[in-house]
Formats: sequence, C-alpha cells, structure tokens
Amino acid sequence: MREDNAMTQLTATLPRGMAAEAAVPLKTQLRRAERMKKLKYGALIAPLVVFLLFTFVWPITALLKRSVDNPEIVAAFPATSGLLRDWDGRSLPSDAVFASFADEMGKTRGTPVFASAAKRLNMELPGFRTLMMKTARAMPPTDGQTAREAFVAADERWGDVATWQYLGRNASPTTARYLLASVDRKYDDAGHVVQTDADEAIYVAVLKRTFGMSAVVTVFCLLLGFPLAYLMATQPARIANVLMIFVLLPFWTSILVRVAAWLVLLQSEGLVNQALRAVGLIEKPLQLVFNSTGVYIAMVHILLPFMILPMYSVMKGISPAYVRAAVSLGCPPFKSFWKVYFPQALPGVGAGGLLVFILCMGYYITPALLGSPKEQMASYFVAFYTNQTINWGMAAALSAILFAATLVLYMVYSRLVGRQELAAKAR
Amino acid sequence: MSHTLSKARPIAAALAAMSLLAGTASADVTVISFGGTNQKAQAKAFYEPYAKAAGSKVVPGEYNGEQAKIKAMVEAKNVSWDVVEVESPELARGCEEGLYEKLDYGKIGPKADFVPAAVTECGIGIFVWSTILAYNSDTLKTAPTSWIDFWDLKKFPGKRGMRKGAKFTLEFALVADGVKPEEVYKTLGTKAGVERAFKKLDQIKSSIQWWEAGAQPPQLLAAGDVVMTTAYNGRIATAQKEGKTNLKIVWTNNIYDFDLWGIPVGTTKKDEAYKFIAFASKPENQAVFAGEIPYGPTNLKGTALVDKKIVPELPTAPQNMKGAFASNTQFWVEHGEDLEQRFNAWAAK
Repeated sequence: MREDNAMTQLTATLPRGMAAEAAVPLKTQLRRAERMKKLKYGALIAPLVVFLLFTFVWPITALLKRSVDNPEIVAAFPATSGLLRDWDGRSLPSDAVFASFADEMGKTRGTPVFASAAKRLNMELPGFRTLMMKTARAMPPTDGQTAREAFVAADERWGDVATWQYLGRNASPTTARYLLASVDRKYDDAGHVVQTDADEAIYVAVLKRTFGMSAVVTVFCLLLGFPLAYLMATQPARIANVLMIFVLLPFWTSILVRVAAWLVLLQSEGLVNQALRAVGLIEKPLQLVFNSTGVYIAMVHILLPFMILPMYSVMKGISPAYVRAAVSLGCPPFKSFWKVYFPQALPGVGAGGLLVFILCMGYYITPALLGSPKEQMASYFVAFYTNQTINWGMAAALSAILFAATLVLYMVYSRLVGRQELAAKAR
Repeated sequence: MSHTLSKARPIAAALAAMSLLAGTASADVTVISFGGTNQKAQAKAFYEPYAKAAGSKVVPGEYNGEQAKIKAMVEAKNVSWDVVEVESPELARGCEEGLYEKLDYGKIGPKADFVPAAVTECGIGIFVWSTILAYNSDTLKTAPTSWIDFWDLKKFPGKRGMRKGAKFTLEFALVADGVKPEEVYKTLGTKAGVERAFKKLDQIKSSIQWWEAGAQPPQLLAAGDVVMTTAYNGRIATAQKEGKTNLKIVWTNNIYDFDLWGIPVGTTKKDEAYKFIAFASKPENQAVFAGEIPYGPTNLKGTALVDKKIVPELPTAPQNMKGAFASNTQFWVEHGEDLEQRFNAWAAK
C-alpha cells in the first residue's frame, strides 16, 4: 500500500517516472494483480484462520507444552536451581548451593510457590513434602552455623547425595518425566531411563486396552452398520427415511441419558435379566453391567450412527447400474457385490471406521459408568489426574500420547485413501 | 447527536439492568457441598434458616471433592464459589498451595467452642463423619461384627462394596489383617505395610463392587447387589429413616474424619462467606443438622443440644468411638498421590 502511494507521488512530480512505469513488463504487472487478488482472498479466510489458531492450534500446543513443563522447583528456588544445573551429581553439592538453598527456602517458606515445589518433590519421593516443610522451619541458619550444618541438623537426609539428586534432576524447567511415566518408564537414581516397578506399571496396559477396545467396538459397529447403511441406500426414499429417523433419534439423545438407560436395562434386577428369567432361559441373573459386556453394548450403540452415516452417504452415490451390469454379464450375485459394489463403498467404510475408532479412544463416560476398573481407558486416567490429584503434567502427557496415536492413525488412513485414489486414476 | 443518543440509551439501560442484577447477586452466597442427603440436611439446618436470618439467599451447588475445579477458578481469578465443603487432607493441601483463605476466627467464633481437631488454618469443621461397615440383614443370616468378617468369603458369601480409592480401603485391609487401629498409619508408612494391605485386598478382590459417591452404598445394599459394604454412617442412617430398616451398621474399628468449610481465595463475597460459616457453626444449627443426618457436631455446645434419641447414632457417641480411629490427614497429604496411583494400577489388573 505504502509502495503504491510512493509510486503515485513519484509519477505526479516526475513525468519520467511515468515512462518508467509503462516500461514495467506485463509479467510483473500480472503478478502484482495476482498478489492483490490473493491478499483479498486471504482476508476473507483470515477470521477462520484466527479462529482455528485460538480454538485448535493454541490449546493443543499449550497441552503438549504442559506435558514437559517442570516449573515448580525453578520458580521457588531460581538461584539454587541455576547452581544445581552445573552440579556433577556425584558428591554433595558445594557450600554455595547450601547457602543459596537456605536463603531461598527462608524467603519462600509458607507461600504457595514453596508448597507447589514441595508437592512436586513429593511426587518423586513420598515423604519429601514433610522433609521440605520441616527443613524450611529451621531456615535461615542460626548465627555461627553454616548452611550445610543447618540442613543436616534439620534432617540428616540432606547429607545424602540421593536427596540432592531429586532436586538436581528437577532443576531445569522441562522434564520428560511425565511422558516417560505415561509409558511406564522412569528415571532411576543414576538418571537412566528404566521400567517402572511391576506393581506400579499401568499405562502400557491401559493404552493397549484402549486400542483393543476401540478395535472391537469398531468391528462390531461395522458388522451391524454396514447392512443397515446398505438397506437404507437401496430402499425407496419412503422406507429409507423411516430407517434414517431410527438412526438419528438416538443420535440426538444425550449420551448420558443413553448410558443411564443401559444401566437400568442391564443391571441384575433390570429389564433384560427379568425378561430372560421370565422366559426361563436363565435361573440366576447374568452380570451384564460393571464389566466389559455392558461397556461394549453401550459403546456400540452410541457410536453406531457415526459408522452408518458416512457409509450411507457414500453408498447413496453408487449407481446400481454397475452391479446390475456385472450380474447381467454372468457374475454371481455375491461376487458382483464383493468385486463391484464393495470397493466403491470402501471410502465410506474407511471414514466411518476411522471416525468410530478415534471417538472410541477418547471415550470416558461410558466405561466410567458401566465398567469396572478393568475396563477404564486412557481418558479415565486423564480425568483422574485432572480432577482428583491435580497432576496436570501427567494428564497432559497421557493426552499427548492419545493425540499422537490419533495423528498416526489419520496419516495411515489418508495414505491408504490417497493410494486408492491414485489407483483409481491409473485405471 | 440525537442519533448517538438513541443508540446510547438502550446500552445505558442494559448497563443499569446488569448492575442491578449484579447488585442482587452480590448478597447471595454460593455454598458447594457433596450433594445427596448430606446436602438436603444442610439445606434444612443451614441454608434455609440463614436465608431467613440474613435476608439473602444461599445458592447451593454440589461437587465430588475435585480440587481441580477450585484450582482452576483460583488461577483464572474467576471464583464463583464462596464457601466449599472440603475433606481434611484436600483442605490441608489446598491451604498450603494458596487455594483457600486463611480463616479469621474473629469472624466465626471462639476457637475454644470447637473440637480441637476441627479448628484448622484454612477450614473450620462442619461435622464428624465415619466410614463404617454396613450390611443388609435380609441377605445375611448371621450378622458380621468386624472387618475380619468383611474379609470372610466363606462365612459371608457375596459381593462387598468399597470406596474406589486407596483411602480407607487400605486401612480396613490392615485392620482385617490384625493390625491394631493405632498402628495402622505407622504400618502403612512402610513399604512392607503397603504390600501387606494389597495382599489382603487380593483375597477379596474378585468380590468387590467399587463405589464412588456416598449415595451408592445404601442403593447397592438395598438392591441386593452387595451383601455388605463400607459406607458413610449418615447415608445408612437416613436410608433407615426412609424405611430401609434392614440396613444395619457395624461400628467396630470405624474411621472418622471431619468435613470442613473453606473459602476459595479470590471470592468477591468474603464477608458473606464468613457470615454464612459463622451462622452454620452455631451450636443450635449444628444440632438441627445432626438431627437431619447423624453426623457429629464440631461445636462442643452443639453436642449437648442434639436430640437424645439420635445421640447413639452419632460417630461421636462413646460406644461408637470405642476402637474407632481418626483418618490421618498428614499421612494422606504425604502419601495420597503415591498410594492412589498404586491403587489404580492394582485395581486395573
């Protein structure tokens, strides 16, 4: 814009400038016009870009950052952590470290900053919190006492290198601890990455379970949804519309209501058990909720529309003429369905399957209400760390792993679909 | 000029309306509790009489003790909860971390009026509650009498309810394994003690039905889903009052604790919050509360005012205190996260 202004001024005062402008090659002029157009279009989508930045990119970046954030120790004891970063970690730190730690402890004692640092260290080693509180009460050192003496007098654990190593390892503002913990790994005393003790390891199993359950639900949704979508796509509009209503009505009902309804139906004195007993099929009520059966039933029910709708929209676009042509040319009905119809429906199957699988991985409320501790998926633990223990680093790390898994899945899917499109073009 | 005026008028009107709304809202105090029958009792004993006495409303709300909500509000400096009911370890931790106001007891009442353990830096005890053993006398022919019976699957077959979490679950396991109540926390503080508790839990793991909200145990018992369960004494007592007389309480080795009032840092209605807490801490109001749901008053003068018929149902009754032990707040502040993590890993296997 400013350049344009300058140009007009120039042409107004200097006739020779005008000649110069006329000499600008057509290509450059065209490019300039093109650029203006692009800017205008860019301005049109600018609100969308800003919206996406604020609601999508920024929260996800913030979340990913939180999974490696380690601000507590640095915030409470900036000078000491600075000194500890240069410490070799093999023998007790120097007097300067002791002195600065004593000074900073005395200053921050009793403040929320100090409490969060103590809480953070307690996460590394239960008991550290009391150690910090107890030591802080003895700070600053009395006259005639060195900081080192004061620390060891307050608690002899300060004379042990291991105690200082916990501090040293957390003296930097970032840590891989949470990410490691969410795949059952931790730092040992020497700072090497090792496996978590067997009775505390949990997340690898939980992640495996999350993927396994999502796969099972996706397969069931596909088996149940495909015939229905096919029926809807091939029936006359009148019948298809009725079927569509049956799909959409539960889709519009709140998830919580549907989960509660399943709870009523499936509990040991519920309708299903009563009916089965009345018919005489069973004598004792079956255990249908608070185990995997209940979770699978409810999740398949809730996610079915997400499978059916994409498949339906793809199937609607497939002309019946192809299968008819195949059959008229002598191909048996099933083979013509498999060879001619199914490949065309595949993008719908893929989209539906991916949608259901990804939604499944983040499922929380259904397993929480209908499952036992053995059916809880990764998001349960995200909620646990967010709400119960306020360990947001751990919650962010688990979310980051789910997020990465989703991205990988999406990339695999788009690669597969992309290949298919290429293959279709080649044909 | 007239153009801008005509535009400005509705804005001015809207602003006036908003300030009016804000004006009425500022006098109301938002009180968050754990819901259910506990909240109903609070409404009768505290909210309704307070509204009459103070001339402003109590806006009740409920939560399940998630401190994350309070932390988020305090950090965002947008605190809409004025008074919150909190369990002791959470309050102690929140106090250190600057989530709760340090209380000015001058605005509440003399400290000497209360049970000493109910008076803390950031919270004043509302009531004493107990986690007890409850059973359904219709489904159990012989009555269980202790935590040892709770673990006896042969003599008492059937499912057992327990609160999903390490707190209380580990304590009861150790008691059932023969640890003396006064040594439970000492034992649980060692690695071997934790092993011992989980090993004991393994014995009945397949028969445990976990519960999370205090309203669940009486339902599970009444529906026959479990034959016995850990439960809060008040919830069972109110269920009995509602006609479910087949639900019984075993007081042997119960664990008692306080629920306290806390004020989140940054509330704009601190004065109202104090006014409400002072009102709810008065002996006569605490006595009404104990009459509604049998949780023990923290105001020493309140205990004397409680209906004599209800006294035997209170956790603070001498015969119920025998063999009972207090939940160790300091222990749970220290080991809570570690043991809950361990518990999660154990429960998910």
